[in-house]
Amino acid sequence: MAIPEDIRKISDTVWEIPPTHKPGMRVPARIYATEKLLREMDEGVFDQVTNVATLPGILKYAYCMPDGHWGYGFPIGGVAAMDARTGVISPGGIGFDINCGMRLVLTNLTYEEVKPHLRELVDKLFQRVPAGVGSTGFVRISHDEFRQVVEQGARWCIKNGYGWPEDLERTEEGGCIAGADASKISQKAVERGYKQIGTLGSGNHYLEIQVAKPENVFDRRLAEAFGITLPNQVVIMFHCGSRGFGHQVATDYLQIFLKVMETKYGIKILDRELACAPFHSPEGQDYFAAMKCGINMSFANRQVILHRIREVFSDVFHKDPADLGLHQVYDVAHNTAKLEKHVVDGEVRDVLVHRKGATRAFGPGMEGLPDIYRETGQPVIIGGSMETGSYLLAGIPSGDQTFYTTAHGSGRTMSRRKARKQFQGKKLQKEMEARGIYVRSVSYSGLAEEAGPAYKNIDDVIEATELAGISKRVVRFVPIGNIKG
Amino acid sequence: MPYRYLDDIATADVAFEAWGQTLEELFIAAADATMNVMVEDLTTIIPREHRTIRAEADAIDMLLFEFLQELIYYKDAERLLLRVSRVHIDRRDDHALLAAEASGEELDPQKHELLVDVKAVTLHRFQVERTADGWRAMVILDI
Repeated sequence: MAIPEDIRKISDTVWEIPPTHKPGMRVPARIYATEKLLREMDEGVFDQVTNVATLPGILKYAYCMPDGHWGYGFPIGGVAAMDARTGVISPGGIGFDINCGMRLVLTNLTYEEVKPHLRELVDKLFQRVPAGVGSTGFVRISHDEFRQVVEQGARWCIKNGYGWPEDLERTEEGGCIAGADASKISQKAVERGYKQIGTLGSGNHYLEIQVAKPENVFDRRLAEAFGITLPNQVVIMFHCGSRGFGHQVATDYLQIFLKVMETKYGIKILDRELACAPFHSPEGQDYFAAMKCGINMSFANRQVILHRIREVFSDVFHKDPADLGLHQVYDVAHNTAKLEKHVVDGEVRDVLVHRKGATRAFGPGMEGLPDIYRETGQPVIIGGSMETGSYLLAGIPSGDQTFYTTAHGSGRTMSRRKARKQFQGKKLQKEMEARGIYVRSVSYSGLAEEAGPAYKNIDDVIEATELAGISKRVVRFVPIGNIKG
Repeated sequence: MPYRYLDDIATADVAFEAWGQTLEELFIAAADATMNVMVEDLTTIIPREHRTIRAEADAIDMLLFEFLQELIYYKDAERLLLRVSRVHIDRRDDHALLAAEASGEELDPQKHELLVDVKAVTLHRFQVERTADGWRAMVILDI
């Protein structure tokens, strides 16, 4: 129904819409998906990815990942690499939830050891990691201190006792992206965010206890390098972002860009949510510095949540967190624009890669990876639906075809409203418990919206990324405990 | 209710359509539609705290955008759930001014059945238009 007639099959997992599809397209659009996933995509994806192809300075293709679905501005799963000299920066290519991302934490415990304590663990995590509408965290700081947090990211947390120094090297950008400038953020953004460090938020944000079953380890060498060494090893995965702070930064600059885009820079766009400014303009650079504050707030948020997880596991098992092996595997961002060096037409160029609901997946040996992962390639953390499973992948050399970018999750196929009509939160909670997944949520209707069938099949999505050669499967995890925002 | 949610638009977010005979009625309806995404029963919000919302924009649709954004700001900054009782809009040639009276209370999960958080008002398909019998708006909220 929704698939454009002029789409062309490039391979079993790559589909191309030519620039003749829509006036103003500067490059073709490429959708990464199996035919099955392509057919499941909603009409918004095709319209939005071809809108992205009209943005000034876009290189090679406007991409959509296999988990792509209708978003605002860019599709979710949208990727666009802009030439840093001639291209634009767009908040709609990053999302309101700047640096929404995933963090994966190991334990040296097995499922058998955790099972008797599962309810207590989930109940305590539910108490100590606030979730839901307007939730606030335990870190009490002033507006001025919050301005330091957004410039320093997870480093601020480590300095203040919320984590271990090793956590930093296991976070993209070392947990603190350079160039964040708090003079570029509004007071409103500070007021929305300064009490929210250490909170999950709501929607599809969650914290999950998961198990790596032996049959779900696809690459033993990489799994071991990432710390998955025991049969039925328990891990913790969580998904959240920069909370009200990031949302306000994006809103502020969307309005600023709308005012100057056409009048000052002569840029015309097909959807106001794609408001943008030349990357090197004063407005573009201000947003870049403010957006980096959002990136750092998110790193700090996830760092404080990790600290709470260590406290809870330590309380429940009466052991030091270090003795429980609570090491972080990695922390990945999936809503960002980052300045990176990529080879384009045989030449190394500075490229601003927008990833909206898409994860960076650097291959082995690439600059930007910490020493511990230099040989393996980047760990890529993909959250599935709360009922099915999640993945740990690795970046590979052939990821250069998408500027080293892969999927970020399952991707929704059913709207929130439809899911609420089809599923009942309380019933779902009981059914999941019967299947060995203990769930706590602040909102039953919020829980119903996240039901497994509202999402694409995570295995199909991951298979598509592997077939396309943009990332490689390492381990699949199954959920046993979940906290839903 | 002078608003309805649209099921098949923007898969992971929430789209709604709101209407009113006057612009003022439309703005009040859109405010309730936004709050109703976060709170199941708006009648559980007791008007204990009062806030005056002011906004200014160069077009009527951007005035609605800024107005709704203010409600989201208060939800995070002061944890206030607000309902709007009165809106005054002053339209000039090249810009529009708004003053609105809002009242409500701090959110309390024991008392207010909370649903999902609204992150932002998006501009994707955002529209305010005059219709045969008044005004209509189309809004997609980021969840």
